[in-house]
Amino acid sequence: MQIYLPIAEISLDVFLLLAMGGGVGFLSGLFGVGGGFLMTPLLIFIGVSPAIAVASEANQVVAASASGVLAHMRRGHVDFKMGSVLLAGGIVGSSLGVAIYSLLRSMGQLDLVISLSYVAFLGIIGSLMLGESVRAVRRRVRPGAPRRKLHQHTWLHGLPFKMRFRKSKLYISVILPLAIGFFVGILSAIMGVGGGFIIVPAMIYVLGMPTITVVGTSLFQIIFVTANVTFLQAFHNQTVDVVLALILLTGGVIGAQFGGLFAHRLPGEYLRLLLGAFVLFVGAMILFGLAVTPEDIYSIGTGPEL
Amino acid sequence: MIRRGLKILMLAAVLFLAPFHGGPHAQGLVADSSSQLVAITTGFVGTDVLLFGAIESPGDIIIVVRGPARREVVRRKGRHAGIWINEMEASFHDVPSYYWLASSKPIETLLRPASLKRHGIGAQNLPFVAMGKVAPDDLAGFRAGLIRNKVFNGLYTVRPRDVSFRGQHLFRSTVYFPSNVPTGAYKVRVFFVRDGRVISAQTVPLTIAKIGLGADVYRFAHASSALYGLLAIAIALFVGLFAGVIFRKV
Repeated sequence: MQIYLPIAEISLDVFLLLAMGGGVGFLSGLFGVGGGFLMTPLLIFIGVSPAIAVASEANQVVAASASGVLAHMRRGHVDFKMGSVLLAGGIVGSSLGVAIYSLLRSMGQLDLVISLSYVAFLGIIGSLMLGESVRAVRRRVRPGAPRRKLHQHTWLHGLPFKMRFRKSKLYISVILPLAIGFFVGILSAIMGVGGGFIIVPAMIYVLGMPTITVVGTSLFQIIFVTANVTFLQAFHNQTVDVVLALILLTGGVIGAQFGGLFAHRLPGEYLRLLLGAFVLFVGAMILFGLAVTPEDIYSIGTGPEL
Repeated sequence: MIRRGLKILMLAAVLFLAPFHGGPHAQGLVADSSSQLVAITTGFVGTDVLLFGAIESPGDIIIVVRGPARREVVRRKGRHAGIWINEMEASFHDVPSYYWLASSKPIETLLRPASLKRHGIGAQNLPFVAMGKVAPDDLAGFRAGLIRNKVFNGLYTVRPRDVSFRGQHLFRSTVYFPSNVPTGAYKVRVFFVRDGRVISAQTVPLTIAKIGLGADVYRFAHASSALYGLLAIAIALFVGLFAGVIFRKV
């Protein structure tokens, strides 16, 4: 059944969109990530313009994160203080990101920057995950290996403006979470992602937060950052397609529940190994798309507003 | 329904044409379309519109359908460090957002190139006006690239479709508007051609507009974009939290 998407201005099959939402939702429930980094390339692949895909996907991530955060809040796994600091950086970063997005779009380089950002970040995160989980699997196999410290102290911990985060048992400079929030906010606006796949590793490895509070806290701040992106994209670029977002998130919230059920049955190390490989695969596909000779070297683009 | 409408309208066209015989109407052409308004609704997947009419004396018919003119930016990619990057752009004024062509015989056998150009018949004969500083040598490539992309998107017809005749006087053709058709005021221009000359021409207006929920969403998004953004967030939050509560029991 075809449905005409009013902002994207094309007709797409409702069931295809629902299946995409469900499939990505399943993976996001399985791995505990938002899934934006998978959905945005998929949407572009089926013919939605990158500008619309990025903005509408931000809208969908609002719903996905909101549905996920409740379970973490009930268990008390959300560090609201840390979340708010990340969020403060995230709001500034995502606002700047939308401005960069508009500028790149008028220059005709938006698609390229979106693709390159994906290649870079999926490549880095995928490799890190893969490396880390391979080490974890080895430790599992050889239990005699020495345990790591809770977290190492580096020059990052010498920065001023220290703040105490009781829930995460941290006493660190407020500059760190602000900077992480800011940086991920920019990416969130340009790539149409919540940024969970960047902010989660950053919270664990840079901030040294305990894993248990990481996912809930990141979901909490992602809700507000993607809400900000949704608003600014709708306001400045009119690129948010609510109909598209609504169909995707309907499939997404259902898929995520099933993914969540499966997640408990698989050991964490193997799950991360799988996700790492998958992230690398998606990045490689996008890189391939950039390198392969296009069918037509000419394309019709969006010019600067008249 | 189109088929029955066709019969009625063709009958009407014949009756309308009757006074032409020996009368003062030297035009000798009457044309119309099966609908004046193409409504893009939520279920819109593209549509056919029947174009038909009658000519007083034997001859040939060329039909051109044009969408509202726009400015288009065309970009060319080049290979840099192994990846393809947009490196050059040209923009054109007065580019029909949609262009469709049909004729009863191959157009080059009906009119001379100069006439085709004058009447804007054939996408390659459209007078796109280039803006900015692009070398004339490059411009031809951009122009061809623009048309190629439009054809790829289903918005331009380069090889003319058929105009079929029933008898010597009644003609018909079917224009297809795909689901990504731009909205606005369209012009259907019908040319009555004989002996290498355009005897007469008639323009039939056609409007393509978004109707219904989709149209309301589009207008809302553009007219009150701040409110639209807030509503989009509210819907997402509601659905997300609602789902979170429901699935708690699962």
